[in-house]
Amino acid sequence: MTEEIKFDLELDLKGLLCPLPMVKVSQNIKNIAVGGIIKAVATDPGSLADIPSWASSTGNEVIKTEREGKDIIFYVKRVK
Amino acid sequence: MAEDKKKKVTIAVMSGDMDKLMGALIIATSAAASDMDVTMFFTFWGIRAIKKNVKTGKSFMGKMIGLMEGGDISKASPSKYSFGGMGRWMFNKMMKKNNVASLAELRQMAIDMGVKLYGCGMSMEVMEIPREALIDEVVDIVGGGFFVEHASKSDFTLFI
Repeated sequence: MTEEIKFDLELDLKGLLCPLPMVKVSQNIKNIAVGGIIKAVATDPGSLADIPSWASSTGNEVIKTEREGKDIIFYVKRVK
Repeated sequence: MAEDKKKKVTIAVMSGDMDKLMGALIIATSAAASDMDVTMFFTFWGIRAIKKNVKTGKSFMGKMIGLMEGGDISKASPSKYSFGGMGRWMFNKMMKKNNVASLAELRQMAIDMGVKLYGCGMSMEVMEIPREALIDEVVDIVGGGFFVEHASKSDFTLFI
């Protein structure tokens, strides 16, 4: 049993393809406070590389990535 | 690590092909989402991507081009398997099925995210496409000097 991460906003990005998962994360991160966390659930395999790259470009942080079947779950922390 | 100064990207779009416009717009929106300043310079066949669905051309040849290049971004055909419009129909259907944004949606997304669109004055003059035939969001009509200046100040530049 892994420790549950508390999040401020959940995004359903299932079925969306490049560049939409990363665009949606970038748009929604503005709606949470610095230090807040977004839980984003995507299915696009490309997002596995894209969202960490986006975080590195923008100075935010992917604190955890999980896979559940086809779902890829990101916990993204707004750092700035 | 992101620095305080925004990174800059300049993309010259010469192609009016559906697939290449899609690549250009996906990179532009990805860069904008990554907090970068994005400038897109549309020239020659690429002008289609910033055109309204209107007839253009004054001279016989200009009207011919207006006819051949008529329509807006949604009329762009793929560079392969075009088959006189069949290819476009087929790709649009396949993309819709997979939830890929259409070219028009991608362009709107780019505009909403602050991507700046510019038209090439020379191509517009040659093809007899007036400013009024371009979508209102186009920032300005510019030329090679503008592109070179922006490209030289960019962190990366693409020619599509």
